[in-house]
Amino acid sequence: MTSRYTFGGDEHIFVEVSEEMSLEAFFTTLSMTNAVRDAKIDGITEICPANASFQIKFDPDVIHPDTLMARLKEMETTASLAEPVLTTRIIEIPVLYQDPWTHETLMRFRERHQDPGATDIEYAARINGYDSVEDFIAAHSGSPWFVSMVGFVSGLPFLYQMVDRDRQIQVPKYLRPRTDTPKLTVGYGGCFSCIYSVRGAGGYQMFGVTPMPIYDPEQKTGYLKDFMVFFKPGDIVKWKPIDRAEYDRCIAAVEANTYEPRIREVVFSLEDFNKDIDGTNARLEEMLNAD
Amino acid sequence: MPINVKTAGFATTIQDLGRPGYYHLGIPMGGAMDRFAMRCANMLVGNDEGAAGLECVFMGPELEFTQDSIVAVTGGDLPPKLDGEVLDSWSAIEVKAGQVLSFDFLRSGARAYIAVAGGIDTPTALGSRSTYPIGALGGVDGRAIQPGDVLPVGKPASAAKAGAHIPENMRRLPGKIAELRVLPGLYWHRITEKSGTRFFDETWKVASEADRMGYRFKGGTPLEFVDREPPFGAGSDPSNITDACYPYGSVQVPSGSEPIILHRDAVSGGGYFMIGTVISADMDLIGQLQPNVETQFVKVDMDTALAARRERANSLNKVREHLS
Repeated sequence: MTSRYTFGGDEHIFVEVSEEMSLEAFFTTLSMTNAVRDAKIDGITEICPANASFQIKFDPDVIHPDTLMARLKEMETTASLAEPVLTTRIIEIPVLYQDPWTHETLMRFRERHQDPGATDIEYAARINGYDSVEDFIAAHSGSPWFVSMVGFVSGLPFLYQMVDRDRQIQVPKYLRPRTDTPKLTVGYGGCFSCIYSVRGAGGYQMFGVTPMPIYDPEQKTGYLKDFMVFFKPGDIVKWKPIDRAEYDRCIAAVEANTYEPRIREVVFSLEDFNKDIDGTNARLEEMLNAD
Repeated sequence: MPINVKTAGFATTIQDLGRPGYYHLGIPMGGAMDRFAMRCANMLVGNDEGAAGLECVFMGPELEFTQDSIVAVTGGDLPPKLDGEVLDSWSAIEVKAGQVLSFDFLRSGARAYIAVAGGIDTPTALGSRSTYPIGALGGVDGRAIQPGDVLPVGKPASAAKAGAHIPENMRRLPGKIAELRVLPGLYWHRITEKSGTRFFDETWKVASEADRMGYRFKGGTPLEFVDREPPFGAGSDPSNITDACYPYGSVQVPSGSEPIILHRDAVSGGGYFMIGTVISADMDLIGQLQPNVETQFVKVDMDTALAARRERANSLNKVREHLS
C-alpha cells in the first residue's frame, strides 16, 4: 500500500492511504497517526485519522511544509512494520430499528430518495439482496463493526462492517441531502454505518435510533462525565436490536442517569481476523457477553 | 456589570479565536471568521487579541450597557450608533452606563466585530467561548445571542482608553471583485486539465448558502471528471471519495457543480472530493463576502501562500505598533 501525500493549503497535509476502504487501510491509518503523535513534532497542532486517509494540521511558522512532508514520508516505513494488533473496547449499542421518529422524517423527504415508494430500510434490504427487512436487520446487527472515523459533526462515528467484502452492505446516500435527521439515528451511506450524534442535515439512509447518547456537551451523562464525545477510532460496536418496550426502559434509565453501556476490553489482531472472520467475530461477541 | 441584549441582530454569536484540538472528533476550531478584524477590535479596547467579542452578520444587535465601558467595532462597514448618533468604526469608543449601542445598515462586507474592554465573559467550553450551535458549545447556552440575554463582561485592562483608531490603509478587506488564492491539491487529479484551467479563469458568485460552516459559489461551468472505476466505499458519483478529513479552507465540489469552501465551523470530514484549499492568509476575507459578490479564484503555489501568510502577519504587526 503506497500512500499519496498532498498539501491542503499552507496549514494541512492530507495523506490518502488507499482510495478504497479496507480494514488494512484503516489499520495503516491508525498506526501512522499513532507514529506521528508519538514523534511529538513541533508545529503539529491536530492529527485527524479517517477511514483510509488522515490529515495533519500544522503551523507553517514553526515547521516548513516541505520539512514536515519529508518527515511524514519517512514515518510511513516504520508505521507499516507495526503489528496490526489493537487493544480496544467492544460496546453494545441498542437499536430500535424502524422506529417512529426516523419513519416520520424519511416520509417528509421522500422526493429526495431513490425509491420514494419504499422506506429507507426496505430499499436497502432489496438492493442488497435480502428477502425481508428482518433478514436485513439480522445481517446489520449480526457482525461487529469497527469505528473507522469520528467526525463530520460532533462525535459522529463512521462504522465499517467486519465481514468479507462480498457480504458487506452497500447503500447509496440520498439523492439530495435531507435538512433534518433525528438525533441518534442509525444511518447508512456507501459501505459505512453511522450514528448521528446531534439532530441536523444528513444524506445517509435511516434505519433506526439508539436510546444511548453519544455526545453530551454538558457532560451530565454518567459515562460522558470525563469527556463529551463517546467514540474514538478503533472502538468496536455490536448492534443489539431492541423493541419499543426495551427502548422506553433504556430512555428512562438515560433520563435517570443510571444507563450504563455494556463495554468490554478486547484485543483485536487483524491477521487472526483475516484467517478466520466468523471465528474472530464469535469470540468478540463472547467477550462482550461475558460478565 | 453586564450588557443587556435588547435585540439580537440576524445571527450574532460570541466568538474568540476558537478551540483547536478537537477536529479529530468532529468539533471544529470555530472562532471569528475574520480573525484580523477580531484581533484589531480587541487591540483597540486594550484586550488580549483572543478575548471574546461579538460577530454580527449583515445587521447588528442593540446592546444596553449597565456600566461605563470602551467598545470598538471593526470588520465590514456596519456603522455603530450610540443613543442614535453614528460613530466611527475601527475606533475605541467611550460608552456610559445606560447608553445603547446599535447599528446603521451594512454598507459593505458581511461581518462586523464588537469588542468590549474586558471581553465577553461567558463560560468557556473546551477552552473557548466561541459559539458552535451544531454541537451546542460555547456562547450563551451553545447558541447565538437572543433578546433578554445578559452578557457578562470581564475586568478591563488598564490600557483601555477611548480615542484609538485604525486608519483605512491598515485594514484588510476584500476588493470589489473578491480574489481568493487557492493552492491546488487534495483530489485535483480527479478533474481534467481543461476543467481545472476553466475553474480559475471563470468568475464565480457567492451563493445564498454561505455561513460559518461553509461558503457556496455558483455561476461557473460544472467540472469535468477524469473517468474512473469507483473505489470500494467511495460511492458511485464521480465526486465521491471514501469519507475523509476536510482541511479548513478546502474547496469541495459535490457532483462537480457548485464549489463549497469550508470555514471556521467546518464539518470535519465527508465523502466529497476537494480540488484545493484557500490559503490561510485569505480565510479572513471569506467572512466579509455577501451573497452575489463576484469572486475570482487565483491559483498559487506554496511559496506564494507562505509569502502571503507573512504579509498578513506583518499587517497585524503594523496595527500593533500603531496602537502601542
